[in-house]
Amino acid sequence: MPVLIREEAFDPHDEERAFAATLPTGGFGATASFVGTMRDFNEGDGVNAMTLEHYPGMTERELARIVAEARERWDVIDALVVHRVGEILPGQPIVLTAVWSAHRAAAFDACRFLMEALKSRAPFWKKETLADGGSRWVERNTPG
Amino acid sequence: MAIRVKFFASLREALPRAVDEVEADGLATIADVWARATDRRTMPDHVLCSVNLEHRSANDPVRDGDEVAFFPPVTGG
Repeated sequence: MPVLIREEAFDPHDEERAFAATLPTGGFGATASFVGTMRDFNEGDGVNAMTLEHYPGMTERELARIVAEARERWDVIDALVVHRVGEILPGQPIVLTAVWSAHRAAAFDACRFLMEALKSRAPFWKKETLADGGSRWVERNTPG
Repeated sequence: MAIRVKFFASLREALPRAVDEVEADGLATIADVWARATDRRTMPDHVLCSVNLEHRSANDPVRDGDEVAFFPPVTGG
């Protein structure tokens, strides 16, 4: 159940494919994944870039706990979480959550849980560089 | 010994300080650590805290050698 923090741009589909290749062939019947991508607008303003800060050590620990909770609640074969930090540009992936299970319900539900728990508990913070030259911290996440 | 204190994101910029160390003597709770580390500045309502990398509340206890962190609401994902 790897949890990966990436300082460079990543391709979520490559990550998902590479991880799935490590799982027993034929062992899972469902894969559900979510990719969060950076927008070029927020709260009515143009956004040119974003800096993602985190709390090294606590981030990995909290994400591992969230994955462990998902495994307790659903019949999950494995899960993958990848999250960007540092300088991010519009269109670049910020986060990938992926879940493999025998059947679709567990994969869908656990994937949603991973994402919502990550957004409310994992210690990441976004600072936006606005199109008008200013910058601001994002104060809260948008509702799902 | 001492308590290591970290501040993140908008809080780090506002104080402005990323890491600090305070004497542990006389400190019972996270709120006490905040008071000593910020010269008794009022803690904003939205501030979250952790002890040794675990989410905690301001009234939870601290001990000598702990790492205490303060940060705004998280906005990852």
